[in-house]
Amino acid sequence: MAQPPTSASLATPSSPHAHGGGSVGAVMGTVIVALIPITVFSVYLFGWPALFLYLVTLAAGLATEAVALRLMDRPVRAHLMDGSAAVTSLLLALSLPASAPWWIGVLGAVFAIGVGKQLYGGLGANPFNPAMISRVMLLISFPKELSTWPVVAPLFSGGALSFSEGLRVTFLGDKTPALGMDAASAATPLGHLKTELTLNHTVGEILAEGYNHTQALFGTLSGSAGETSALLILLGGLYMWRRGVINWRIPGAMIGTTALLALIFNVYDPDAFPGPVFHIMNGSLLIGAFFIATDMVTSPTTPRGQLLFGAGCGALVYIIRTWGGYPEGVSFAVVLMNACVPLIDHYTRPRVFGKERAGGPPVGDES
Amino acid sequence: MVEKIGTILQGLFNGGIHPTEHKEATAEEAIRPLPVPEVLHVPLSQHIGNPAQAVVQEGDRVRKGDMIGKPEGFVSVPVHAPTSGTVTAVGDYPAPHPSGLSGPTVTIAADGADEWTDLTPRPDYEQLNPAEVRALIRQAGIVGLGGAGFPSFIKLNPGPERPIDTVILNGGESEPYLTCDDRLMRERAEEILQGAGVITYTVGARRVVVAIEANKPQAIAAMREAAEDSPQIEVVAVENRYPMGAEKQLVYSVTGREVPSGRLPADVGVVNQNVGTAQAIYRAVVHGEPLIERVLTASGAALAEPANLTVRLGTPIEAVAEACGGYRDLGRLIMGGPLVGSALHSTTPPVVKETNGLIFQTSGEVSQQPALPCIRCGACVDACPVDLMPNEMYNLARNREFERIQDYDLFDCIECGCCTFVCPSHLPLVHYYRFAKNEIQAKEREKEKADIARRRTEARDARLQREKEEKEAKRRAKKKAADKGEEGGSDAREEAARKAAEKRRAQREGKGGKPAATESTSQETPTESAPDQE
Repeated sequence: MAQPPTSASLATPSSPHAHGGGSVGAVMGTVIVALIPITVFSVYLFGWPALFLYLVTLAAGLATEAVALRLMDRPVRAHLMDGSAAVTSLLLALSLPASAPWWIGVLGAVFAIGVGKQLYGGLGANPFNPAMISRVMLLISFPKELSTWPVVAPLFSGGALSFSEGLRVTFLGDKTPALGMDAASAATPLGHLKTELTLNHTVGEILAEGYNHTQALFGTLSGSAGETSALLILLGGLYMWRRGVINWRIPGAMIGTTALLALIFNVYDPDAFPGPVFHIMNGSLLIGAFFIATDMVTSPTTPRGQLLFGAGCGALVYIIRTWGGYPEGVSFAVVLMNACVPLIDHYTRPRVFGKERAGGPPVGDES
Repeated sequence: MVEKIGTILQGLFNGGIHPTEHKEATAEEAIRPLPVPEVLHVPLSQHIGNPAQAVVQEGDRVRKGDMIGKPEGFVSVPVHAPTSGTVTAVGDYPAPHPSGLSGPTVTIAADGADEWTDLTPRPDYEQLNPAEVRALIRQAGIVGLGGAGFPSFIKLNPGPERPIDTVILNGGESEPYLTCDDRLMRERAEEILQGAGVITYTVGARRVVVAIEANKPQAIAAMREAAEDSPQIEVVAVENRYPMGAEKQLVYSVTGREVPSGRLPADVGVVNQNVGTAQAIYRAVVHGEPLIERVLTASGAALAEPANLTVRLGTPIEAVAEACGGYRDLGRLIMGGPLVGSALHSTTPPVVKETNGLIFQTSGEVSQQPALPCIRCGACVDACPVDLMPNEMYNLARNREFERIQDYDLFDCIECGCCTFVCPSHLPLVHYYRFAKNEIQAKEREKEKADIARRRTEARDARLQREKEEKEAKRRAKKKAADKGEEGGSDAREEAARKAAEKRRAQREGKGGKPAATESTSQETPTESAPDQE
């Protein structure tokens, strides 16, 4: 045996000396894996333009992150490897119409990472969900590009776009191939419903033509990639829950609140208000509940706070969808609730073991 | 073989973690005695509280069990010679402490005879009153052997205003690697329960609950068998979740009683003792043997032959390692468990009363992960068994917001390490809490010092003022007496008053040459000159 080791050779940090093995990279990696099915499926549905848009957005996001880190004198490699910029870019890309031109993706990614995240101090410091604040910016600045939805034209099917047609859509802004022969935009079910309701049609009439829940479940209806298949989003959510990356509180409270409000109003007047199943299956409520609102940085850390936050998001989604100017409101709802997070965290602190909730006299004092 | 363990009592506390157990390396290793080394270094501070004072000198001959250090103050216990031999030094020696600093230590060269001193067994301890039993426990140098090292006699003295109905024997051992309590329960269940008897007698309790984590089915079976004929003893299996062994968390899980913040289990009628402590108490009272050895687990990937050993206190850690086949590629040496234990600088320090484990980790096991910013994932909030908000406390500690961090109940933190364990950003969270606690305590000490200084100044000012007033009053009294004296007072008084009056007159004349016209109206006499008068 060697000489007894001395202080120079032994590590002597303070306890604990054990770690569970989790890492930021593992968390973000899990989110990315959970997003793969929906990403692949949307590329299948919308063809080459979707793939090009995702790649462009991802590249722009990572480049912005690298530049910002370099400017801030932070280790570029370590932070790029944490995967947070990739998650943000991918979520942003999935929230865009697949036929959007390349510069929408680039602008969105630069804004999301540069302004939404790094200007606030980088990883962990941003108050708003970077992907959603960027999408809100794009939606307000470029309403036409953000609400022109391509028709579903699955790869390898008759109506599919060729590789070169795809390049033209994404990089030359040529809409004709993506929008079909008559160059008319497809409507998302939520958008269609909103327009038709203003024309005094009843919910029953509107949904009778060209909509059924099965399509919504499997995702063969138009919309952003993240709006399509309810099933695949559920699958991704389940995976993240199994891996301990998300818990049920935010998604449960968010979906539950929207569904409850939908139920109440549907019972009140079924002609003017669609039911809970329609609200859950359509639009980005599910991807919002599982992937967006659960963003750790911008959601509360307390159990009660997470319930409150989810419920707030769900209520705002329903309010914006029903009475707002836009057919869908997940991005607005999440960003608005992000702003409330510090307050929510402050007022929902757990009761400390051995203390009253108010932090006052200890419990059991009288016994 | 897995024995039936029956119902598992679910831990009521929130949070907690399930670290990799690493117990399989030693769980089946029977406790074996480590031979007495040739030289023992017995620290005089092996407990929480004041170090003991050496009562031996270089050259003294001691027998096993002789007191070599006497307690100093109330929170202190004596230290005994672990074997017979000669005291070769009373001085400083490296202490098993993360600081790596030395502490007062008695060094004994063993003579190999290992001869006991005269012992006074008290199997009839129930003839004594509880205070006398406590005194025996103190004299034997018994402290909490679960790792905390708190003098047991204090815990066993809750006082008449805190009636105790339940004694919990803590067999949780939820720290990874450690199996010494597990083995002790399997091998010496009878002695542990005898110790429980002494404890219940001392605190006047009726019920004993032995709480054992469900991952130790053999220990549960052994204890149940030993307790078969004792209806007042209940052996329960508790859920396998760290920190089940933490005192307040265990009390809550077993009894449903939540110990208020800043209070003790005794405040809810419970006394908690580690199973090893109970066994030591039995040896101390019934056999009269002071605490001179303990069972510990030596384990870890860097150690060749992990084992459970009975080790004499004062045995150098290096000697323990040698008995376990030595180590290679040692990167970290932990005394205690990996979650709350201390990392030591070397294998030179001795085994002490708190040493329940020695974990030899390889250099590859020492985490090299760089810390990233907090991503607010809330894993720490979910893991905290005290329901604190570790993420907020971390931010506040980092920003040195020591006022606000106390609003977040910093001092309720038990430093169990769950938050750091789950942190994906690899932040040394507990480290920040210790920093904040130290800063706040240092500030409070400073404030206390300043307060004392201020109070002293104020007291001095008040004293000077009082003296001035007293003198003034005296002067007036004298003057009155003098005035009276003119009418026929005593000669002495008259004399003194006259002298004083003359003196004053002389001063006044010296100062301003004013006539002594106002002399009789002494009410308004300025007091400036008062201190000068005597």
